[in-house]
Amino acid sequence: MRRNMSDQAQYLTVNLAHEEYGVDILAVREIRGWTPVTRIPQSPHYVLGVLNLRGAIVPVIDLRLRFGLSREEYNATTVTVIITVAGRQFGVVVDAVSDVLDVASDAIRPVPDMGTTVDTEYLKGLTSVGDRMVLLLDADKLLQPQDAQMLEAALDAAGQVKAVA
Amino acid sequence: MSSISVTQFHQVFFEESLEGLDAMEAALLALDEGGDAELVHSIFRAAHSIKGGSATFGFPDMAALTHEAESLLDQVRDGRRAIDKSIVELMLRTVDCLRGMFDRAQSGQPLADADSENLKRQLATAVGHETPVAATRLAAKPAAGRGWIIQFRPHAGMLAGGNDPLRLLRELAALGQLVVEAQLDRVPTLDALDPCECHLAWRIELTGAAGQDAIKTVFEWVEDECDLSIEPLVAAVPPPAPAVAAVAAAPAAGAGGAAGTARGPAASSNDAGSVRVAIDKIDGLIDLVGELVITQAMLDQFREDFDPSQLAMLQHGLAQLARHTRALQESVMGVRMLPIGSVFNRFPRLVRDLSQKLGKQVKLDLVGEHTELDKTVLEKIGDPLVHLVRNAIDHGLETPEKRRAAGKQEMGTLRLEAFHRGGSIVVEISDDGAGLNREAIIAKAVQKGLIKSGEGLSDEAVGELIFQPGFSTAAVTTDLSGRGVGMDVVRRNVVDLGGNVAIKSRAGQGTSFTITLPLTLAIIDGLRAAVGGECYIVPLVSIVESVQLRADAIRSVTGGGELFRFRGEYLPIVRLHQQFGCADARQQIDQGLVIVAEADGTQIGLFVDELVGQQQAVVKSLEANYRRVDGISGATILADGSVALIVDVAGLIRLQSRRKAA
Repeated sequence: MRRNMSDQAQYLTVNLAHEEYGVDILAVREIRGWTPVTRIPQSPHYVLGVLNLRGAIVPVIDLRLRFGLSREEYNATTVTVIITVAGRQFGVVVDAVSDVLDVASDAIRPVPDMGTTVDTEYLKGLTSVGDRMVLLLDADKLLQPQDAQMLEAALDAAGQVKAVA
Repeated sequence: MSSISVTQFHQVFFEESLEGLDAMEAALLALDEGGDAELVHSIFRAAHSIKGGSATFGFPDMAALTHEAESLLDQVRDGRRAIDKSIVELMLRTVDCLRGMFDRAQSGQPLADADSENLKRQLATAVGHETPVAATRLAAKPAAGRGWIIQFRPHAGMLAGGNDPLRLLRELAALGQLVVEAQLDRVPTLDALDPCECHLAWRIELTGAAGQDAIKTVFEWVEDECDLSIEPLVAAVPPPAPAVAAVAAAPAAGAGGAAGTARGPAASSNDAGSVRVAIDKIDGLIDLVGELVITQAMLDQFREDFDPSQLAMLQHGLAQLARHTRALQESVMGVRMLPIGSVFNRFPRLVRDLSQKLGKQVKLDLVGEHTELDKTVLEKIGDPLVHLVRNAIDHGLETPEKRRAAGKQEMGTLRLEAFHRGGSIVVEISDDGAGLNREAIIAKAVQKGLIKSGEGLSDEAVGELIFQPGFSTAAVTTDLSGRGVGMDVVRRNVVDLGGNVAIKSRAGQGTSFTITLPLTLAIIDGLRAAVGGECYIVPLVSIVESVQLRADAIRSVTGGGELFRFRGEYLPIVRLHQQFGCADARQQIDQGLVIVAEADGTQIGLFVDELVGQQQAVVKSLEANYRRVDGISGATILADGSVALIVDVAGLIRLQSRRKAA
């Protein structure tokens, strides 16, 4: 290896609707098979619920729903990747995990504005491995916009109030 | 380069010192009632370690104050001074003042203030004025009571003249008893230090019959190479006349008041602090974990090659695993449990001060100090207890004259007792005072419009009245100084902890308050309720009862609300499946159950599909990884490892009333 370690990072790649996404491996706590979760009231549609991770209550989001894709039936390869960001844990449901990549920092390209399908806000860049393209996720932002979530929940609640009143 | 910062040890030092102060206070109070030498020793030890610690960790003001206190205690310890009320009082104020200093140290404010300086001077004055114990004891130390204070400050070059300070001190020691204190203020930093120079100075207390001339002779050879002052011991710390007057008048109120107010916030800032765990509890945990590992290893063997004939063994192993796991859980909960004695400890002082101020005689009985409570509960129960104890002394117990007139002992008794009952802790505060003033309470309640008349009201019902909001005790017992602490606040605090307060009073014989508290906040008893295939836990404490309603028992209100009649009142119904958005739940009211739940004095009906069973739930936070959810107070883990949410009854009631307002 010519490069020194500091400008190189490892990414866990996951599959999602024929795309490949990379998650900083230092943020990945564990990978587990899909298990049913307990639904939480008043949560955004992409928050599937909470699961018991050895005594801790951990929310789980569906990355497809998060990115506005259609929901797939969960099957044998569906996994939950547990991610730790800023001391908080959450699970991300993806179609499958595939690989661990070494990515040099100078091999990361900025994300071009793609307009519609995927919100580029959650991406910190993209890189290519051979002829494959890997989108690198910004794990901090997946569950992070707490304020946005709160707002959504508040709007939902307001809608309910109106429905009742 | 000094890279090790002592600040990392500050928290430990604070905790230990505050414990030391508690010990000092307890010992002083015991001493006040006539104690032995061992008490003095324990006070001295506590003061000494605080002095040492504060000097080490860079709190010179604190060290200076404790030094004076220590000197005074030293005289007591050596029998040079008789212990009396004034000294105990002075030391108690020192304890208060030090507590204030610790509070300020924790928030990073300057330590010394006018009170502490005052107190320091008073202590120093007291140290100067020895009052010998008794002539018989003095015989052992014939020279006590006379002496000199020598301030010996060699010039830097004294050593070069061949004069050894150590030799001088030895000579002085031959003249009488010496107390030598080295003064390090002139010592330079290491790089500036010239080892051939003398940087030290000494303050020497010489007690003995030696005259001033004899001392002068010792210093004869170094007279020109040092600053020397020799003063008689009595006038050692010359009390400036006006200062003494001010000191005598101001500090009693000043020191007490300042320390009292400063103590509050620090107590709450300590919330995130640590727990001290008895070593035997930890040993117990280690034993249990050992057992668990053995069981696990045993079960592991079955995995290798399992033969159906071993089924009985396997079942045995699993049963053992279950037993150990349960025991482990109980022990781990025990780590959070602390004896209630740490809360009770503050009462001897409170009772002493308050009874002196009110001119009452009060004997305090503490029973069951070893009863253990969850740390969180313990921290929050202190204030309600203080209110109750204050009220008991202020309003409950009578003055000695009144007691005599009523044919009772002049000394009133206040009893604090803690004990286990069922799954709860009970704390009782009872006095043998006058009891509640029934007429005054009823008059007040009528005036407030709470009741129409007092006729036919039982004593219990009258007692309940004082828990009503706005029913200040001050107005009830008009002849006494009302502190205006509403009993409703006491009750609310206790209810917040998941407990309850009850009152029992008998005219002329006394009042007793019974506080019932849950063992811990971390585990609740709950009922599992099924709603459309999902499972919610409703805390048992908030459940009044559950009823099955007929479809025609429901009254619809304009705007979509539903009411039902329960014991003469109309209660709103919250359909949990609507509230929580559960699919496939039962819609017909007669197919499900309505749980009547209560919080904050309001009742509400929760409509669920059915009740599945009762279970203990370990409360887990949703917010740790997610966020707060309306109507949900937390989550717990069911026997099958899945998560169930815990219903927040109070939150639902708030939501309901907000909706009504909208």
